[in-house]
Amino acid sequence: MSSSDLKFAKSHEWAKLDGDVVTIGISKFAVNLLTDLVYIELPAVGDSVSSGVSIGEIESVKAVSDIYSSVTGEIVEINDSLEEDLGALTEDPYGKGWIVKIKIADPSELDQLMDQKAYDELCQSEAH
Amino acid sequence: MSDELLKTACNGWHVGNGGRMVDFAGWSMPVQYTSIIEEHEAVRNYVGLFDIAHMGRLKFTGNDACAFIDRIVTNDVTAILPGQIRYALVTNDQGGILDDVLVYRLEDCYMMVVNASNRIKILDWVQQHQSEFDVKIEDQTISHFMLALQGPSAEKLLANLMDLNLEDIKYYYSVSSSILGYPVLISRTGYTGEDGFEIIIENEHGLELWETLIEKGSSFNIKAAGLGCRDTLRLEAAMPLYGHEMDENRDPLTAGLSFGIRLKAGDFIGKEALLSIKNETGIQQKRVGIMLDGKRIAREGSSIMNKDKQVGEITSGTFSPTLQKAIAMGYIEKEFSDIGTDLEVDIRGKRIAAKVVSLPFYSRKKN
Repeated sequence: MSSSDLKFAKSHEWAKLDGDVVTIGISKFAVNLLTDLVYIELPAVGDSVSSGVSIGEIESVKAVSDIYSSVTGEIVEINDSLEEDLGALTEDPYGKGWIVKIKIADPSELDQLMDQKAYDELCQSEAH
Repeated sequence: MSDELLKTACNGWHVGNGGRMVDFAGWSMPVQYTSIIEEHEAVRNYVGLFDIAHMGRLKFTGNDACAFIDRIVTNDVTAILPGQIRYALVTNDQGGILDDVLVYRLEDCYMMVVNASNRIKILDWVQQHQSEFDVKIEDQTISHFMLALQGPSAEKLLANLMDLNLEDIKYYYSVSSSILGYPVLISRTGYTGEDGFEIIIENEHGLELWETLIEKGSSFNIKAAGLGCRDTLRLEAAMPLYGHEMDENRDPLTAGLSFGIRLKAGDFIGKEALLSIKNETGIQQKRVGIMLDGKRIAREGSSIMNKDKQVGEITSGTFSPTLQKAIAMGYIEKEFSDIGTDLEVDIRGKRIAAKVVSLPFYSRKKN
């Protein structure tokens, strides 16, 4: 998957719209920053979620971070293979490392998110 | 990063080699270069190199240097031999721990290595108490550099650089020697649970020694190792860390550090309080090891629960790369401290099953 189709949140999740389903993961920048991932907690299929609200946790040796939903809707699929092996998050964060799929009502919510260029600029400013 | 942070002789090397720098006790120090787990495994299996120049190094000279240190620390330093090193606590009148330190007896002086976070406090403390003693105290933290070379290949690597027979340096002994033509103090000590050495050298030669060890170490799979893995390594080895397992509200008996105390030897500050705890009040809590179900980390401050009652608190927790499980240390009420006791830890509102286990979590196989 090309990251040019992706939208990004300030909290370093990516989102990709496909029909009325948004796939969410965490960015390569965030994965590199965390390093040493040890644990992920995922929401359950059927959970209702709101934009800006925590839907799970990702834990590294250093710290635990919330995973935020960028959209409002219902969880329709979770990538439960991550619970066994977090390697996909590091190796393929925009592909096999996807985290949840959310069925949304209002696609315009994605307009609030950053495109790749704006996100790259944010990462550069946070890296310094 | 603030310009006011203190920098070790290798600061530029760390930054240039991917070190993620943080403010640690007022020093700019690397948490990691690549990955905490990779660096941890390098120390367990090969050899890792740590910049520990932020540790405080205080030198004591004068006729009363020995008597003075004996008054300041909980261990008996009057009987140790030149070259020998003792672990000890510095306690206040109430028996609360001000710091944990290593006392080195050298040929013509004593040295105390203190935690970076406590250097100024301990310097003030010793200066406050020195008036009756013929002792001169010199802080050599800035003038000298210190590194730790840790892991099963540390001795072989270092042997290439020294004329010394390193096998003659026993655990908790030091030798004044030279490397690259520069005077060094080398000791068989460390904070990782592996065999290894700590080396003190004049600050101006610190970077050259560091770069030489990295270069000569490449055939031993050496890795530069940051404070992140220093923490996971010491926790597997169940070594307490000041500010976590120890602080001024903890006494060394509760902390399980009686091996660092000699209540039968001379008078030290805090001795009466410790005798009173030992002979009268007794300890109410114990420092224990906790093994958790799964990989979720019980971090400092998490409550240890027996059903609905809190019976303890986590002081350090991490993921153990060696055991591939979440491990922790904490304090727990004595009646729940038996090995094998089943408990729960409250991690951010969720109860995780946990068990009291014997410490350490890891001990190296000795030849």
